This record gives sequence, C-alpha cells and structure tokens, in this order.
Amino acid sequence: MASKKKGSMSFKDIIANNAVPIIFIALSAVAIPISGFSATYLIQEMLTRLARNSFLVLSLLIPILAGMGLNFGMVLGAMAGQIGMIFVTDWAIVGVSGMMLAALIGTPIAILLGYICGAVLNRAKGREMVTSYILGFFINGVYQLVVLYTMGSIIPISNPQLVLSRGYGIRNAINLTGLRHVLDNLIPLRISTIDVPIATFILIGIFCLFVVWFRKTKLGQDMRALGQDMKVAEEAGIPVERTRVIAIVISTVLACYGQIIFLQNIGTMNTYNSHDQAGMFAIAALLIGGASVSRATITNVFVGVILFHMMFVVSPMAGKELIGQAQLGEYFRVFVSYGIIAIALVLHAWKRMREKAEARRSLRGEK
Amino acid sequence: MKEKLQNFIENAGWPRIIIGLFLVSLFIAAPFVGVRIDASLSDTLVRVGMNGVLVLAMVPMVQSGCGLNFGLPLGIIAGLVGAVTSIQIGITGGVGFLIAMIIAVPIAAVLGWLYGQLLNRVKGDEMMIATYVGFSSVALMCMAWLLLPYTSPTMIWGYGGSGLRTTISVEGFWLNALSKYLHIQIGEFFYFPIGMYMFFALMVFLIWAFFHTKTGTAITAVGSNPDFARASGIDVDKMRTISVVISTVLGAIGILVYEQSFGFIQLYMGPFYMAFPAVAAILLGGASVNKASMANVLIGTFLFQGILTMTPSVINSVMQTDMSEVIRIIVSNGMILYALTRKVTVKR
Repeated sequence: MASKKKGSMSFKDIIANNAVPIIFIALSAVAIPISGFSATYLIQEMLTRLARNSFLVLSLLIPILAGMGLNFGMVLGAMAGQIGMIFVTDWAIVGVSGMMLAALIGTPIAILLGYICGAVLNRAKGREMVTSYILGFFINGVYQLVVLYTMGSIIPISNPQLVLSRGYGIRNAINLTGLRHVLDNLIPLRISTIDVPIATFILIGIFCLFVVWFRKTKLGQDMRALGQDMKVAEEAGIPVERTRVIAIVISTVLACYGQIIFLQNIGTMNTYNSHDQAGMFAIAALLIGGASVSRATITNVFVGVILFHMMFVVSPMAGKELIGQAQLGEYFRVFVSYGIIAIALVLHAWKRMREKAEARRSLRGEK
Repeated sequence: MKEKLQNFIENAGWPRIIIGLFLVSLFIAAPFVGVRIDASLSDTLVRVGMNGVLVLAMVPMVQSGCGLNFGLPLGIIAGLVGAVTSIQIGITGGVGFLIAMIIAVPIAAVLGWLYGQLLNRVKGDEMMIATYVGFSSVALMCMAWLLLPYTSPTMIWGYGGSGLRTTISVEGFWLNALSKYLHIQIGEFFYFPIGMYMFFALMVFLIWAFFHTKTGTAITAVGSNPDFARASGIDVDKMRTISVVISTVLGAIGILVYEQSFGFIQLYMGPFYMAFPAVAAILLGGASVNKASMANVLIGTFLFQGILTMTPSVINSVMQTDMSEVIRIIVSNGMILYALTRKVTVKR
C-alpha cells in the first residue's frame, strides 16, 4: 500500500481508499430494512454464500499480484471444474470422494487451459484483461463444442439422464444429487437455527494461509516485482513470461476447485451458463470489497463477498417493496455489478495516467 | 507467383484465409446438400445490409486509436430510445423511421461526447472499460425500460399496463422502411433490398469522405501516432472525442437500420452482446486494433454474415445438428483474440 510509506493514514485517506465498500455498506443499510428479511435469514444466507463463493474470488488474487489485472480467464478454470463434475456424475461416484475425483479430473484440464491462457496473455502484454475476457468467450465456444457435440458420441457417457434426448451432448441442467452439500455437511455444526459449513470454511482458511505463504516465497516475490515493473523485473533476471504463465496456471487451477466447491453447494449445474456467471460475480465481488486492478488483499475478498451477496439477496426484495417490481431490483443488481467493474477499471486507468504524468513532470525537473 | 501468394497470405493473415476458404467451401457444398444458393446469397446480402452500419461504427474509433468499440451498446441504446419514441408518436412508414433517427442521433451524440470524455481519461485501457461501459449502460436502461412512461399499447406489457416489452414489433410502423424502396426480386428466392443498400452506401461514403477532410485526416494521424500528432498541433483529445461521437451516432443509426429489416426492437438485455459480432466482422475484414478501412467493413461484414447464414443451413444438412451457434462463438471470438494478440507496432 502506498500510504504506508507516508506514515499514519489520515481519516480522509481511509475514506478515499475504501470508498467503494463504504458506499455498499450504506446501500445495504438502506436496503436491508426495506426488504424486511430477518437477521437469522440474512446471516444464514451470508454464511452459505461466503462458503460458496470465497474460493472462486480468492483465485483472482495471484494474477493481480503479478500485475496482470483481473483474471477474466478464470472462467477457463470453472469450465475445467465442470467437466470434472460431469464425469463424476456420470460415473455415479458420490460423496467427498466424488468431489476429490472431480478435482483430480479438472486439474490437468485446468493446467492445460491455464497454460494456454498464460501463453496468449504473454502475447498481449498491456491488454491482459480484455484479452483474457475474450479468451473466456473463445474457450467457452470450445467447451460447448466438446460438451454439446462430443460427449456421448466420442467421449462415452453412460448415464442416459445426462445426455440429451438426441443421443449425444450433455443436458442443460445437471442434478448433482450425489455431490450436493457433501463438503458443507462434512463436519455438521448448527448454532441455534443456523447451519455453518465448517469444512468448507476450513478449506478456505487453508487456502488463505497458502496465499499468505505464497507471497513470501521466491516465486511470490518475483510476481510482486513483476507487478511493480515488468521491465525492471526482467533486467533483474526474473523470467517474466514464465512467471506470468505460472501465475495464470495457479489461478486457473484454483478457479477449477472454486467452481467445484460452488457447484456442490448449489447442487445443480447449469452446464452452459454456470461458468459465465462465475467470472463476473467473482470479479464484481472482489472489486466491491475495495480491491483495485493492481492491489487486492484477503480482506477485500471476504468483505466483497459479503457486501456483493448482501445486495444480491436484498435488492430484488427491496425493489419489490419500494416500487412493486422485483424485476427492477434484479436489474439494479445487474447494473451495479457491471457498473462497479466499469468504475474500478476507470479509477485504475485514471490513476495510472496521473502517475505517468507526474513521472513526466518530475523528469522535467518541475515539482 | 509463389512470392505473390506468400505476400498475400502475409497481408491477409491465416485466420482470415481459413475463414474465407471455409465460406467458399460452404457455398460450393450448398447445392449438394439441397440448400439453394440464390436463397442463401440473398439472405447473406440482406444481413450484410442490416449489420453494415453497425460494423461501420467501429471505424472512427479504431482510426483514432481508441481501439475496438466494445461500447457500441451505448449507441444502440440511443437508437432504441429513438425507435420506441417514434412508435409512441405513432407515425408510420419512412417518416416514422426518419423521426426515430432524428430523435436517436442527438441522444447518441450527447452520450458519445460523455463517453469520449471518459475514454480520454483512460488512454490505453479503452477496450476493457468500453466493454463495461456498454454492459452497465444496458443494465441501466433495463431499469429505464421498466419505468419510462411509454403508453402505446403495442409496446407495453399487456398485464400491469406499464413497462416496455422485451421485443416490440415494428410491423405496421416502419418495417422495411428502407428495404422496401426498390428491391430486386429474381426468381422466387433471390431478393435484394436496394433501398437499404443505398442507405448503407451513403453512410459508407459519408464516413469515407469525412476521413478525407482535414478533421478526418487529423483523426487518422492521432490514431497512428498520438505524440507526433500533438507535436504537429493537433488537439488529440478533441479528435478522439469526435471519433467516439461519430462511432456512437453510427451505432444508433445502425441499430435502426437493423430493426427496420429485422422487424423487431429488442430491449432489455437484447443489445448486451451486440458489439461483439460487429467487432468480429471488422476484424475479419482485415482491420487491426488500430487501423480500419471501408474495404474492411464491406469484406468483413460479408464474410461474417456469410458464415452466420451458411453454417446453420449447410452444416445442418450434412450433420443433422445445429452447430452454427458454436461455430459463431469460436469464429468471432477467435478473430478478436487473433487481433488482440498480434504484435502491433503502435506507440501508446
């Protein structure tokens, strides 16, 4: 953080640095009473959604560390996870072992896709975000080609319930009965009427520790150097392209696991849509948590997930109570998730331009 | 000869050649699988006319160095406001279409100016920001469509009596307002809307002429080298703003042309992904992230729309499945990806 260098943070700095989360806290504070949801209901929802989404959001951290911006390519990992889930459901392997197997199948696919993504992004330095975004769409096309046309014909799928009536291709919605809540209910804990998915939280906790540890390793430090300045890092002997690929591969694999955790909680899989939303929601949540394109912390992740999903739950109801149309609240939510990404990107670009101008001025010896 | 061929391949780029050959083979295969060539060609040409102006809307921003206009939905929204307002007023035929345009263009100009101001402050990141500006404006308008006080019974939900429908038919208002003037009908299947093409040609000519004026040349200069342009006394930000305004206005006109031929106004999430086919088309036509010409627009729109029209019919007949959607996704995004990853020698 830049402000650390200047010593203590003033009140104004705190406000300026956390403007986005503060606005959202204010929004929620207004919307919650209007929506009329009970506290227990909201706490339960938030706990569920924290467990469901945190892992996906966390997978975004490492590319940000490496200065590659928001990894819109995380949907690639989500697709890998979904392919794993399809096979496990087909083989009717249930419980935690099924989840592990899904992760095991997903991992090599995620590594491959992550490698492709990294290689592509190395050819588009400076435009990583838009490129990874389009790459997500492109691989989505390939995913559809594989899942819709080769599964059940070239790739054997034995369970007829998964296959479309025409004989090949996976159905639009898959019921993950054998995997539903297996991780969430692994260690049951119930506080009065609220279920706490302890096992999932433990997994998320372990992963947070991993991120903290990873930042201190040689590789993590290299990435940080990359994030600061690619040219300097290259001159210091850091293998830039290789490190960037690694950052994306890690992120993709984690997104794959994140999607598996997400799906075991939801319990049904939307074969052709689940992954699309995964990327958008994770990125919006992270940004709402106060992260920027170049700086994100674990706190941002959790604050973001809670605030984003609070709005998610509350806004349709609030819209209904306020104007009589739930649809309006729903559109408001969509607007906010896209708007917040737009604003975050604008602020980032703005800051970068100002820094550039300042650097130019100081070079000229003014100031 | 070999050298010539190599040169050609170099200039056109492999993806474009592969897609071009694919389209040619589709046209060759068509009669063998029972698809009529004249009908397909006519469909393709109609679609080219429908989408042409939207693709043309990419050119000014690419030329001024603002990159591909993923923010096209902003212009489209202005066009939609014009369209629904014109229906609300209730004047039919060509005049109704004209009124839609008269309403849409100033709105697009204002939005475009604001959008241009924003893009001037985020140089280097235009494309990603444009994408999300487009998305969030579509979402914002979703709320507006629900709340705006339109009353025409053809447009609002039957029950509840308020809020616009997701698709509104323009039939009885200005369906084929442009297309119906002068069309050629050869045989049963071949139909060519000259009116729409004349309008498209007019737009292409105007933009072409504009880029040969002093301002137009200045915009091109800004796009090819902003530092050099500034050194020669060109107001870079102003030129960029002008290009964004033109792009946005063309987006608004483009969607109106599209709707009068398509027959429906698609509101709510309809314009959401509309920028992508246009972006893919112009790239397919040979444009790069920072250079585009009228030829790129024409060739690209024809190739892209050709594939969209031909793949469902031909591939369906061959394989008995509809793979067109998947092919569309892969081709269009593959093309954008190719353009983004190409090593361009451009200075920021």
